[in-house]
Amino acid sequence: MADQTDETKGILKRISETPVWESVFRTGIPRNRRQRMMVILNNVFLHLHPVRLPKHGIKLKYTWCMGGLSFFIFLALTVTGILLMFYYRPTVEYAYGDIIDLKEQVPLGIMREIHRWGAHLMVIAVWLHMFRVFMTGAYKSPREFNWMVGVVLLVLTMLLSFTGYLLPWDQLAIWAITVGSNMAGATPLVGTSGPGSSLLAIGDVNFVTPSSDARFALIGGRFIGEAALLRFYVLHCIGLPFVIMIFMIVHFWRVRKDGGISSPL
Amino acid sequence: MESIKHFINIISAPYVMFPLILAVFFFIFPPTDRLLAIHKKLRLYKLWTNGGGIALFSSLIIIFAFGLTDSNFRRIVTKPDNVPIAGLIFLVVFFLWWSMKQAWENDERMAQGQGPREAEDAKEKVLVWPDLVYIELIALILCTVLLIVWSIFLKAPLEEPANPTVSPNPSKAPWYFLGLQEMLVYFDPWIAGVLFPTVIIIGMMAIPFLDTNEKGCGYYSFRERKMAVSIFMFFWLVLWVFLILVGTFLRGPNWNFFGPFEPWDISKLEALTNVNLSEIIYMIWLKQRLPQNIFLREIWGFLLIFFYFGAAPLLLAKTFLKNLYARLGSLRYSLFTFLLLMAVSLPIKMILRWVFNIKYIVAIPEFFFNI
Ligand code: HEM
Repeated sequence: MADQTDETKGILKRISETPVWESVFRTGIPRNRRQRMMVILNNVFLHLHPVRLPKHGIKLKYTWCMGGLSFFIFLALTVTGILLMFYYRPTVEYAYGDIIDLKEQVPLGIMREIHRWGAHLMVIAVWLHMFRVFMTGAYKSPREFNWMVGVVLLVLTMLLSFTGYLLPWDQLAIWAITVGSNMAGATPLVGTSGPGSSLLAIGDVNFVTPSSDARFALIGGRFIGEAALLRFYVLHCIGLPFVIMIFMIVHFWRVRKDGGISSPL
Repeated sequence: MESIKHFINIISAPYVMFPLILAVFFFIFPPTDRLLAIHKKLRLYKLWTNGGGIALFSSLIIIFAFGLTDSNFRRIVTKPDNVPIAGLIFLVVFFLWWSMKQAWENDERMAQGQGPREAEDAKEKVLVWPDLVYIELIALILCTVLLIVWSIFLKAPLEEPANPTVSPNPSKAPWYFLGLQEMLVYFDPWIAGVLFPTVIIIGMMAIPFLDTNEKGCGYYSFRERKMAVSIFMFFWLVLWVFLILVGTFLRGPNWNFFGPFEPWDISKLEALTNVNLSEIIYMIWLKQRLPQNIFLREIWGFLLIFFYFGAAPLLLAKTFLKNLYARLGSLRYSLFTFLLLMAVSLPIKMILRWVFNIKYIVAIPEFFFNI
């Protein structure tokens, strides 16, 4: 290739030889073995991977790519979620109308669809990932801890989906969340309709009332209303994503530190 | 046609379907050697071959195609938020089949003294660039295309604006919690909505520590870990996925049961003749009035619960589960039996309800303490 003259070089080749390109992609186009290893090591995103893997570990039939897809869908949800946040205001007055506007006013408005169906898909992908991990016995030593981190991720995924469910502020939303959050009211001792709540009383003064119990703490009121909407919004857009990111970082780190993808022997 | 639909309506009722599933489940996923032998005699492992896969899938497709000709079925299945669950059915069946197929192939290989297929593959090391990166890229593109196409053709649902004074009937939680909501039929919210989720999470986290079998790590296999896979499958397929399907597709107004081809009739009444254990014991068996004293009234229920969680594990440790007890040690054994008994309490309560109309084993509504 060295004897190619400037005229015969393709446009891509020329771009890849500019100083700008070379400053971004240090390794150049990975042609030989060394470059292929360096490209993984030099790139912050790619270096989530090891450089080399036992062959079964890259096969679709072993991992189903489900962990990777869970992560990818999470990223897609983050991007579409940010776009949705430009239009959506979490108040009882505006929320529903903003959702309608998203459908009717915003050009090419399928962000809400992608976000909603993506959320369903992520729940399913995470379940299937867990199923694959179980079926390959990959939770066994030394990966016990990462399995536990996974369980936390699973719970967080469902909570993210649950908190998002309220935001459109339609009948579907508030009643689904009403059903779900009523459970908190039944928590033993700290929920008004839970066993033992009446034990926490001095004389006639009850400590656990509908305005001071676990359900109240969750939805910020006695009913699903303004406060619940704001609480769920903050949890959905900031709180839970923040927490799940931390657990994901730990999860990915541990996949590597536990010896990479599980393999026989 | 109508008679087929009628038949399906009848067998899909939980009190028919669930016992049916219970009856066949442990032959399909045999936890012990003896059941495995029957499994082989019945040639059930054929399910995990290509032929079996085609059979599984075509029957699913036929059921769906047939179902979609019916307006009641169509109305429920094509509700936008229910579409993912229809997808879930196909995905779960597919991945179940795929993993069991590989497990069975590996089992055969190992029976002939070879290692699992993964061990053979693992001898070769490959570079992540490009071998893995391009697989990931393709998966990612396909996933994006799927999402975009799905989003173009199916609009996200939006109902009437929220109205706290008008509650829809039925009010359903998001679909991934419908398994829990379905449990509300059999248990009070403090159990179905608080205790069970907590126990499920603890139980799942405990799996790696309870399963002391070192074999079967890093490759698909079934025979080396029959018990573990069988128990897991039972929870995941029956107590989770199946209950979600019941909650989504078969529960209508007032959380009554409706067959897949039955219109959701708000005025459908189901006779509520449920009685508490204390009432059965005192009023029916002993022919007297319920005692005034709460504790005396509920003593039988408490004894039963105490026996179930306290004495039964001890007895089992001395008899049926002697080997398990020896292998796990007392701490693991207690945790394992506690979790298992907890989980099995759901089917037990279901059966008690269907057969004896039992509402509560222990009923102290004075303190919201009903079991
Ligand atoms: C947000 C959710 C999750 C994400 C993004 C995620 C991501 C990943 C990724 C990318 C891998 C690498 C191998 C693969 O793709 O299969 C992995 C491995 C693993 N995951 Fe997850 N995961 C999630 C949830 C879970 C859950 C729910 C569990 C189990 C309860 C779990 C347990 C594990 C274990 C034990 C491994 C190591 C598997 C092996 O070495 O074969 N993860 N995860």
